[in-house]
Amino acid sequence: MTTAIRTLTADTDRPLLQVQGLSKYYGNRIGCADVSFDLFPGEVMGIVGESGSGKSTLLSCLAGHMPPDKGRVIFDTAAGPRDTVTMAEAERRRMARTDWAFVHQNPRDGLRMGVSAGGNVGERLMAIGARHYGDIRATATDWLGRVEIAADRIDDRPRAFSGGMQQRLQIARNLVTGPRLVFMDEPTGGLDVSVQARLLDLLRGLVREMGLSVIIVTHDLAVVRLLADRLMVMKGGHVVEQGLTDQVLDDPQHAYTQLLVSSVLQV
Amino acid sequence: MTDQAYNFAYLDEQTKRMIRRAILKGIAVPGYQVPFASREMPMPYGWGTGGVQVTAACLTPDDTLKVIDQGADDTTNAVSIRKFFQRTAGVAVTEATVDASIIQTRHRIPEAALTEGQILVYQVPIPEPLRFLEPRETETRKMHELEEYGLMHVKLYEDIARHGTIATSYAYPVKVEGRYVMDPSPIPKFDNPKLSDNPAIQLFGAGREQRIYALPPHTHVVSLDFDDHPFVASKADHDCDLCGAPESYLDEVITDDQGGRMFVCSDTDFCQSRRAAGHVGRLGQQTPTMEAAQ
Repeated sequence: MTTAIRTLTADTDRPLLQVQGLSKYYGNRIGCADVSFDLFPGEVMGIVGESGSGKSTLLSCLAGHMPPDKGRVIFDTAAGPRDTVTMAEAERRRMARTDWAFVHQNPRDGLRMGVSAGGNVGERLMAIGARHYGDIRATATDWLGRVEIAADRIDDRPRAFSGGMQQRLQIARNLVTGPRLVFMDEPTGGLDVSVQARLLDLLRGLVREMGLSVIIVTHDLAVVRLLADRLMVMKGGHVVEQGLTDQVLDDPQHAYTQLLVSSVLQV
Repeated sequence: MTDQAYNFAYLDEQTKRMIRRAILKGIAVPGYQVPFASREMPMPYGWGTGGVQVTAACLTPDDTLKVIDQGADDTTNAVSIRKFFQRTAGVAVTEATVDASIIQTRHRIPEAALTEGQILVYQVPIPEPLRFLEPRETETRKMHELEEYGLMHVKLYEDIARHGTIATSYAYPVKVEGRYVMDPSPIPKFDNPKLSDNPAIQLFGAGREQRIYALPPHTHVVSLDFDDHPFVASKADHDCDLCGAPESYLDEVITDDQGGRMFVCSDTDFCQSRRAAGHVGRLGQQTPTMEAAQ
């Protein structure tokens, strides 16, 4: 639905991320098996499934946190498409700091709890060579504003923040370098519903405004309904169904997807 | 007298060989922390076991050793380490910086300029400059390997955000030859400029953490900072009250409970040689040798 509204530009012709035959095994058990998809610039893809279905394994392999056993993850870098699985670690980590972002479910995993909010947002800037304190602080202040954190909280530690604020801070910290691809692992998990709604609203605004491509892993169908253009349903490490979000949710074909959709209480 | 029960300089020859290898590797890769099999020494951790092992590996019978603790030759740590090597190696000792061939130091670089052929051995409590920001050793090694040093600036950022200026005043992080970020041991940042382009060999030994690193002579060392908050080598804004030196690093000494205080050179050898040459500070008195000379 949302893809149709968005105007197509020249570089949306080439996929930002191509995943081909990605597999990860834990000994004899399957983490995820033979996953393939293309992600285009500005597109938001949701990955849903129950616990243990391989969503997080897939996301870790895509983001380079874990080496996959088979398959290729081709990212459209500034210097043309490159396979991130075989690229040097130094290069992959540099990409993870600039072109990519990773939003963890638990903000404690993504933030430095002992460092002030400003320092947390500024870290990625300093990591790519920013050496002017005034500029770093101005950018951090600007970003705190964009995620609705008051500017006078800039020198407070994340410990002093509520769960929702911590999550928004984590998002600011990740987006400050203007990444093109964002990985999100249950970004709304552990937040109460009204805070969830605000966070989703904020995320949707940022995604539109910055033209981000997002891969979002969640078990909350409401989240994907709101954010995702496309949907991939996983079970037992395999992709059982994929398609446009509304199509999959309104007319599920696979038995597991039908179960998933019907398990949600309609209030 | 050398105690005949010990090998020269306490450690056995194989151990010294192992440590020398680590030192050579450290000199070949300036600023890189070389792991080594640190031995149990007859003194507690925190008393300079790393520095003592490096000194033991470098000592030859012809060497002249000087040991300082916060610049002073006569404090417990300095005296006990000096005695240790007098007993186990029988080497000549001195308090004069210019006469020494090896200087073991705790948290200072001597005021007198070092020369080619001298070795300065630092005692290091925590060699990892990123430790208090990133607790995982695997991760800090990876950060050194891939030259990911953004985190070091986060520490300086936090300083400015909290105190308005870079408040780190000792163990101030430096970058060596544009590559490794290094903890210069807890020397005051006043001493940081002396690390760079120093004609002496500088060796750093951390006993508990089992690391050795080094700066070969004339290595380029830069203290990290921000463009709008440049590095400043600060000291107490006073002259030495004993010798009147305006340029040396000072200790503040409380003299009574009425708020009385004095500032004296932390480098005792520097202060004494100045007073012997006739310099007198605000509270200084003429020394007996000076009176005799007059």
